[in-house]
Amino acid sequence: MKLTLKIWRQNNTQTKGELKTYQVDNITDDMSFLEMIDVLNEGLVQKNEGPVAFDHDCREGICGMCSMVINGKPHGPSDAVTTCQLHMREFKDGDTIFIEPFRANAFPVLKDLVVDRGAFDRIQQAGGFVSVNTSGNTIDANAIPVPKENADMAFDAATCIGCGACVAACKNSSAMLFVSAKVSQFALLPQGAPERKERVLKMVEQMDKEGFGACTNTGACAAECPKEISLENIARLNREYLSASFSSK
Amino acid sequence: MSLTGLFLTSFLVVHLIGNLQLLKADSGFSFNAYAVFMTTNPLIKTVSWGLYAIIILHAVKGLALAVENKKTRNVKYAVDAGNSNSHWTSRNMGILGTIILAFIVVHMSDFWFSYKFGETPWKKYTIEFANPEQINVEEISGVTKSVNIVSETHQVLIAKDLYLKVKETFSNVIFVIFYVLSMFAIMFHLWHGFASAFQSLGINHPKYNPLIRSLGIVMAVIVPLAFAIIPVYMFLN
Amino acid sequence: MTSDKLNSRIPEGPLADKWSKHKNSVRLVNPANKRQIDVIVVGTGLAGASAAATLAEMGYKVKAFCFQDSPRRAHSIAAQGGINAAKNYQNDGDSVYRLFYDTIKGGDYRSREANVYRLAEVSASIIDQCVAQGVPFAREYGGLLDNRSFGGVQVSRTFYAKGQTGQQLLLGAYSAMSRQIGKGNIKLYNRHEMLDVVLVDGKCRGIIARNNVTGEIERHSAHAVALCTGGYGNVFFLSTNAMGSNVTAAWKAHKKGAFMANPCFTQIHPTCIPVSGHYQSKLTLMSESLRNDGRIWVPAKLEDAEAIRQGKKKPTEIAEADRDYYLERRYPSFGNLVPRDVASRAAKERCDAGFGVNATGEAVYLDFASAIERYGEIEANMKGMKNATKEQVIELGTKVVEKKYGNLFQMYEKITADNPYKTPMKIYPAVHYTMGGIWVDYNLMTTVPGLYACGEANFSDHGANRLGASALMQGLADGYFVLPYTIGEYLADDIRTGKISENHPAFETAEKEVNETIQKLLSINGSQTVDSFHRRLGKIMWDECGMARTEEGLKKAIAQISALREEFWRDVKVTGAANELNTELEKALRVADFLELGELMCLDALTRNESCGGHFREEYQTPDGEALRDDNDFAFVSAWEYTGEPSKAVLHKEDLKFENIKLVQRSYK
Repeated sequence: MKLTLKIWRQNNTQTKGELKTYQVDNITDDMSFLEMIDVLNEGLVQKNEGPVAFDHDCREGICGMCSMVINGKPHGPSDAVTTCQLHMREFKDGDTIFIEPFRANAFPVLKDLVVDRGAFDRIQQAGGFVSVNTSGNTIDANAIPVPKENADMAFDAATCIGCGACVAACKNSSAMLFVSAKVSQFALLPQGAPERKERVLKMVEQMDKEGFGACTNTGACAAECPKEISLENIARLNREYLSASFSSK
Repeated sequence: MSLTGLFLTSFLVVHLIGNLQLLKADSGFSFNAYAVFMTTNPLIKTVSWGLYAIIILHAVKGLALAVENKKTRNVKYAVDAGNSNSHWTSRNMGILGTIILAFIVVHMSDFWFSYKFGETPWKKYTIEFANPEQINVEEISGVTKSVNIVSETHQVLIAKDLYLKVKETFSNVIFVIFYVLSMFAIMFHLWHGFASAFQSLGINHPKYNPLIRSLGIVMAVIVPLAFAIIPVYMFLN
Repeated sequence: MTSDKLNSRIPEGPLADKWSKHKNSVRLVNPANKRQIDVIVVGTGLAGASAAATLAEMGYKVKAFCFQDSPRRAHSIAAQGGINAAKNYQNDGDSVYRLFYDTIKGGDYRSREANVYRLAEVSASIIDQCVAQGVPFAREYGGLLDNRSFGGVQVSRTFYAKGQTGQQLLLGAYSAMSRQIGKGNIKLYNRHEMLDVVLVDGKCRGIIARNNVTGEIERHSAHAVALCTGGYGNVFFLSTNAMGSNVTAAWKAHKKGAFMANPCFTQIHPTCIPVSGHYQSKLTLMSESLRNDGRIWVPAKLEDAEAIRQGKKKPTEIAEADRDYYLERRYPSFGNLVPRDVASRAAKERCDAGFGVNATGEAVYLDFASAIERYGEIEANMKGMKNATKEQVIELGTKVVEKKYGNLFQMYEKITADNPYKTPMKIYPAVHYTMGGIWVDYNLMTTVPGLYACGEANFSDHGANRLGASALMQGLADGYFVLPYTIGEYLADDIRTGKISENHPAFETAEKEVNETIQKLLSINGSQTVDSFHRRLGKIMWDECGMARTEEGLKKAIAQISALREEFWRDVKVTGAANELNTELEKALRVADFLELGELMCLDALTRNESCGGHFREEYQTPDGEALRDDNDFAFVSAWEYTGEPSKAVLHKEDLKFENIKLVQRSYK
């Protein structure tokens, strides 16, 4: 198939960007979206033009590195996939496709479609962990039974890949779904209990510092999340936050 | 936002019950009695000052939130696919809220302001309990304070005739349309707002979510609809 | 005779006591001194993140580098199936010794006994540590941890978190690392690529790295450097590795004196989604855990295979009697759960014989129909449905299978647009893991003093074939429990050294060389893209140094790669500038190193005149097509010393002594 691409080109964080139009031909159904861009880029290099910079790594939907907004939707039109898992069979010959970076002030564009998601790392550093040093002598893994239901819910929350689609989809650029997934994982497990209050307060504080917007429960984040992280996690985060705020010293 | 929002929602219900008195064909007796009660009862008076404060708080916080959230994305998307992942109402709470705020201002100046500080005629209602259907109404002047006397045989109420004011207002089709449209704004605002408030308070459980959702729909549809019926009914009568 | 350049430093004493004895005798660095010591960790996968976190917890000042935008993205995240540990929670007779034995045997007797035993020993602590960190492993209804089986073993010792075990473990290590970054004990350099190691007076004292955002070339000094940079499967262009996975860090270390060990030992994973087109950029693995329940087959009749390839027949139309469940046929005792190398070769054998089932003829079926039926019947019985119809059974069984493998099935369907609940999956082997890597001693130190290698980047534990769910185990063992102890032995001498100056001439020279390479690449301005070279290299490697190798083919490949490399440096086209985010330049730097490594891999394969594990030389096979080892002549680790040209590398041998295990022909029959 033949496609018209409108792609955001921006040299670096300081410069302004714009949408540029490209044509690609000989795209087949079984190509992934990123392979389609590979084809475009190989053509651009041949013509001595700079290829479109985009983040990608594992190309199997788990590393969370790929990050574009396709026709207004983070990770494109299909549900529950990352851009690398999106296949060209979702498009038709002659389509025009708009490709933009994840947009949020908290995710500055580094180049073209590449954005800086360091804010997520810093939120994690603020409290997204259990303070346990490595030692060969932690208690036996089976010493504390965990109800299967809780373990499963914690796992579902923990499958967040930190891609930032939630922020990109949210009209407020809110990072609540991301933060809530981490807070939920630990809140649901006995291992996370000792630092429960401190964790949620610190992570939320850091989130606010990074310039993400507030959550207004539009639900766009969960709808676009490639890992289908549930809004229940945001409610849990709210719960954790309220109870920690009331009882903290 | 959630607590103030839920408080305002509960106020809407109370307000609606009062307003439904307007539909009674009793020359405004019930409604005016209700107005007296609402403006003289010390507890209600205190609550109503709280209510004004909460309306202002809800509006100021809401607008600040909308403005702050707007600032989080300087470069906008070329393509907006918001409809595919979220409900229109949820993305426009600020606009809906602003419309509602404008409505409240007009509404307050129409009724609350003129009732409190404007020139409103006084009415005296006399009811013999032996024959409650028969309400005796007369216009009186020179009164400065409402009176409600209930004896064993009859009740005498002297009150400002807010009912008349309402009737006059709703004889104007422009006002009727404005009120009805404003109720739509409330409908959309509640459509998202009610359930959203619970989510913000951390109340989200697969077992109770359907209940919250249905209650939200009832609130969002029935309450504004009932409010909207009043001006239309009064206009038609 | 072991080369005198290779001192494996294996502690004396009985196997089971070596590690505890060694830990007790290894030199310690006191906490105050640790604060004065810098350690660089390159790579933030399981090995790197766990090492960085643990070293920082101990008090060392750590600098961590990754080329991704966040440490959490390292490719360990993609590991699906699980992590082995000798916990014996299932009471099926597992023990440290059995895990050790299975690993040595699985590796076809080409790994070091002492290292593997240590790995098995610390495996249980890994699970304890991860659970304490809040890793949500799968649990049973009673709240205790669940296990599953993997290939090459007869016990259930694999801990898992659905099909995302690697992700959960890496996020655990990442969170431990994040905690130390927050405390200031680790300084993180993301979007940085290591482009050289720096040696001062024969010791590794730092690295040169490129900031991939600004293009700046930076000097970073330290008292020791640990390379945790993963494997080099991407030398084959198409592999299950991430797009960015590369050999550059390891290769630069090799060129500075670190020996490369067993570079030809590559694992070809049997269950991957087959190649579909020319522009395919990577291959996707379907977890080995699927072989717990999936049955692998091809049509028994050539005409059926032909009809399927032409789209005239569907797999579901092939009668049971006309199917060849070739693994069950050839290996009745392990069946579909034979080790990876065996399963891969068996698939290739069938496809080469003309029984392949997709258009390219390179695919076999992985079928869940009987599992669905089996589970469905159990469910129906449990529900008391006496006369359940076939449809009901299938419906119930589908639900069970969905619970177990739902996300994998979903992933398969997304990629292929086929529904694996209804029609069998098509799979084919693909490059997945490299057992070979930088040679290290028992302390994980390379032949360069102060330079360490952990995880997939080293060669140490898997011999010629890695067992499923052992990569995660090894990465975390090295990072959490081995390196942090053993590095003290070396650093104890450095407590008085003080900060290493980044102005030393060695840094200057290394930086200059890196800059020159970059300028060279940018100035060639040839006519072919980096990817086109990479694709051609991959084809040579896959054809001649893949699942089956011959002397003739390898010799041809060495000549071809050498010519391709020459062509690359003459005709490659790299757009853009040095001082910007330049993805083409990043790729070119990586491919340049792959073009050297490929040649060494072929040389190693050519030298090893035997078949073992993933290394299958067609000349050396048993009459029924199994790998034929030669323990008399090849029970050694080949460690290659760089001397200026990959083809002129000098081979050093480390003899493998098996004192606790009797070498036998590996049999899974």
